[in-house]
Amino acid sequence: SCSCTVVSKQPLASKMAGADSDDSLYPIAVLIDELRNEDVQLRLNSIKKLSTIALALGVERTRTELLPFLTDTIYDEDEVLLALAEQLGNFTMLVGGPEYVHCLLPPLESLATVEETVVRDKAVESLRKISHEHSPVDLEVHFEPLVKRLASGDWFTSRTSACGLFSVCYPRVSSTVKAEIRQHFRTLCSDDTPMVRRAAASKLGEFAKVLELEYVKSDIISLFTALASDEQDSVRLLAVEAGVSIATLLPQEDLEALVMPTLRQAAEDKSWRVRYMVADKFSDLQKAVGPEITKNDLVPAFQNLLKDCEAEVRAAAANKVKEFCENLPEDSRETIIMTHILPCVKELVSDTNQHVKSALASVIMGLSTILGKDNTIEHLLPLFLAQLKDECPEVRLNIISNLDCVNEVIGIRQLSQSLLPAIVELAEDAKWRVRLAIIEYMPLLAGQLGVEFFDEKLNSLCMAWLVDHVYAIREAATCNLMKLVEKFGAEWAQNTIVPKVLGMANDPNYLHRMTTLFCINALSEVCGQEITTKHMLPVVFKMSNDQVANVRFNVAKSLQKIGPVLDSNCLQTEVKPVLEKLASDQDMDVKYFAQEAISVLSLA
Amino acid sequence: PLTKYVTAMSSASTTPPSVDKVDGFSRKSVRKAKQKRSQSSSQFRSQGKPIELTPLPLLKDVSAQEQPELFLKKLQQCCAVFDFMDTLSDLKMKEYKRSTLNELVDYVTVSRGYLTEQAYPEVVKMVSYNIFRTLPPSDSNEFDPEEDEPTLEASWPHLQLVYEFFIRFLESQEFQPSIAKKYIDQKFVLQLLELFDSEDPRERDYLKTVLHRIYGKFLGLRAFIRKQINNIFLRFVYETEHFNGVAELLEILGSIINGFALPLKAEHKQFLVKVLIPLHTVRSLSLFHAQLAYCIVQFLEKDPALTEPVIRGLLKFWPKTCSQKEVMYLGELEEILDVIEPTQFVKIQEPLFKQISKCVSSPHFQVAERALYYWNNEYIMSLIEENSNVILPIMFTSLYRISKEHWNPAIVALVYNVLKAFMEMNSTLFDELTSTYKSDRQREKKKEKEREELWKRLEDLELKRSLQSDGIIPT
Repeated sequence: SCSCTVVSKQPLASKMAGADSDDSLYPIAVLIDELRNEDVQLRLNSIKKLSTIALALGVERTRTELLPFLTDTIYDEDEVLLALAEQLGNFTMLVGGPEYVHCLLPPLESLATVEETVVRDKAVESLRKISHEHSPVDLEVHFEPLVKRLASGDWFTSRTSACGLFSVCYPRVSSTVKAEIRQHFRTLCSDDTPMVRRAAASKLGEFAKVLELEYVKSDIISLFTALASDEQDSVRLLAVEAGVSIATLLPQEDLEALVMPTLRQAAEDKSWRVRYMVADKFSDLQKAVGPEITKNDLVPAFQNLLKDCEAEVRAAAANKVKEFCENLPEDSRETIIMTHILPCVKELVSDTNQHVKSALASVIMGLSTILGKDNTIEHLLPLFLAQLKDECPEVRLNIISNLDCVNEVIGIRQLSQSLLPAIVELAEDAKWRVRLAIIEYMPLLAGQLGVEFFDEKLNSLCMAWLVDHVYAIREAATCNLMKLVEKFGAEWAQNTIVPKVLGMANDPNYLHRMTTLFCINALSEVCGQEITTKHMLPVVFKMSNDQVANVRFNVAKSLQKIGPVLDSNCLQTEVKPVLEKLASDQDMDVKYFAQEAISVLSLA
Repeated sequence: PLTKYVTAMSSASTTPPSVDKVDGFSRKSVRKAKQKRSQSSSQFRSQGKPIELTPLPLLKDVSAQEQPELFLKKLQQCCAVFDFMDTLSDLKMKEYKRSTLNELVDYVTVSRGYLTEQAYPEVVKMVSYNIFRTLPPSDSNEFDPEEDEPTLEASWPHLQLVYEFFIRFLESQEFQPSIAKKYIDQKFVLQLLELFDSEDPRERDYLKTVLHRIYGKFLGLRAFIRKQINNIFLRFVYETEHFNGVAELLEILGSIINGFALPLKAEHKQFLVKVLIPLHTVRSLSLFHAQLAYCIVQFLEKDPALTEPVIRGLLKFWPKTCSQKEVMYLGELEEILDVIEPTQFVKIQEPLFKQISKCVSSPHFQVAERALYYWNNEYIMSLIEENSNVILPIMFTSLYRISKEHWNPAIVALVYNVLKAFMEMNSTLFDELTSTYKSDRQREKKKEKEREELWKRLEDLELKRSLQSDGIIPT
């Protein structure tokens, strides 16, 4: 039991009085009362400020009183425990530095056995953190025994937590202890409960990295093989990732015999989840096994994944097409792509599942840089064009959003014939999120297609979005105009878009009149002082007489916004009177924003 | 804003749906309108090869001696699995298998002397070939069992008959577990349990019966089945939050718990506290809450001493933001209180009524209402009355405050009734609490202020220390 229980219950105030003389001697009971508060929220607040409490107690009493209290009373709401687990990871200095860091182990050990995953994970994270602050001796005397206790705990939670701690202590202990650690890890890999096997499988790669190569070969490989053929697919799929890590550790000549049979089997696993995992990790795998195995094994495996019977797997593989091709050995890259990968890709373009097509569309353009101009025009262009006409907007959008890749290789003009109808259709899509997405690519497209093409074909779209019935679209359209002006310059703005924007000030719909103001807010800075003063300001002033209050207070907001662009003379003689008039408006919101503008622009 | 909203609604309903007027909110209803989706298991890779089965004579058309042999042959034929996603392929053979399965179902129901020892492995093999498969990925990314239609198994015309056949086989009078246990083993059960994740409710229903029969007939598998269900639940609670068959498994457990011998083994108590109670934390609780509450109450009826850990567990996991779940918890608590023993009630009344007091003052009127309904329960009322000196002080502040402040008049009316009941129960204490209400509030406020001061001083101290350690103020 800890000493805090000895302190008798006194009224809070008297304890406080005693503390006045010496700050470092707060009675621990007062502080512990806070940690025990009946209200969870207050308890949580106190725990989050545990470092303050520890500071008030000083290092010695933190060690001898606070930590035993925390260790003894760990039964609380998970939220409180989570905060505690996190705090303790940063407590080393508060208990007196690395020399005493092992005092933190008992409470963290209990937290590492809790049911709730987030609490346990946080406790393990903190334990990993403070493991580095242990001296090698303390690691063997205090830390490693804790890991062993967890590894042989009754309930699965402690064994699960143990899995994450082996790799941090292994490199810094003696060879006898190392042997014990390996044995414990081995035991957990064949644990009775799948939860523990999953935890072990997910840490297998990490553990392999800190082992000596001879033990990787003798121990890790057999564990990997066993986990990869576990009866539960949730365990098998985790072994895939471990396999990738292990492959990076082994010399090339051992790969074929030690890991490839298992990985090949995983790529053809009967569970789609495992195949999905293989597809998802394919680029890492490719880098890990090197060019020869890639050519002989991975290319056919990748083809199979691209043709898998489950859309999930095909989509994951489609996502990797570009990266896989990029990382192929240079000497045979083009041949492999043309004869093995491209035929599969062609089929995926007309896949029945839209997620597959959309995954492909997000990377397919990247192939053009790899294959060069001629191949792109002959083989890829028809695929781009087909995807640009796909029934699913997401597919078209993904193509358009990656246009820059093709632009470098064949120039965007090759596509413009098909591009335009696709853009127009997306611009008018029924789903506003699709419209929003295409707007975001407008500045990019404008840059690549050039000002002439833009003026001729796309300008009207950009203006049409300004009167969209969804606010988010109008807002994005406004921002788009600003970016276009950044690209094409102020002169272009004055000739093409400013007149149209200002024309909307006379629109019968007040929402459109407000859009004029929002555009002015966005454009004044990029257009500069002259255009703002000469063309925009008069329109803003005129709108200060609008009959709709929302327009009038937005005039005030606009004036505040464009004020910094204007010269001081104009501010004093023109802006100030208008704002003063608005400040005496009958509508209170108009008044409010006018006054705010006056004070921000220092016109009072 | 209300009028604006209404205008928007009505204009939306009168204007014809032009292309750019469609809003983004219709997705769900559009999806709903879609036909029921059906999906097949992941094992059917496009094999392309048509399946050929040579038609066999009907069992009733051959002599009794020949029947066992023919029965085996038919079982072997039914191992052929067809691709039902391809609605055009193998039509004739699919029909042949269907009629054969039908014949087998009838045969095991009425025949005698068909179950030779050689038949067992063949039956299990046929069933395994047909039902064990990797379940396909869920079609919608975020499958919401409450909102979305389940994906139905495309091969159901065959699968249903296989299940039907298997159940008749297990229930057959000639069935001998001592022979069958060689084939219906742990691995078989493990695969069977995985199928409970099927999205197709029809399949889960059959699985429930199958597992129930196996649990009943194979004593050697019981502990294993319970342990694996444990693992499924723990994974569901702490790892994935996704498993379609939780309600079905709980239903089976309900009857298993019913049969537990007394005193309960430590293993069973651990299951209650470490698995069933945490199941309450899952987001989709509403889908299996009835079955879960039933299991809990079963446990308490077996062993009333478990009441305290159960109620403490529920209080620990009490929902903080989900009112719908809170109502479910309150419902379950009432079921527990219905069977609670007075001695157990006393042990738990303080923390319990602190929570109920919070629920009663919930701004969500359904939560407050559900809690206040406890006062309509005669048994609970009698317990409260016996312990009014403890419960009344806990409840009083909330009740008094809501009677003045709650926005919902129905709640205020209910609270008045509760206050009245308390007044009748223990008028001395009631008057005392009423008269000290104000001074109690003031004392609380004062305490609160002292807390704030303490923390302010602690923070000043921290600031001073950090300045010292930065060398700004000399120590």
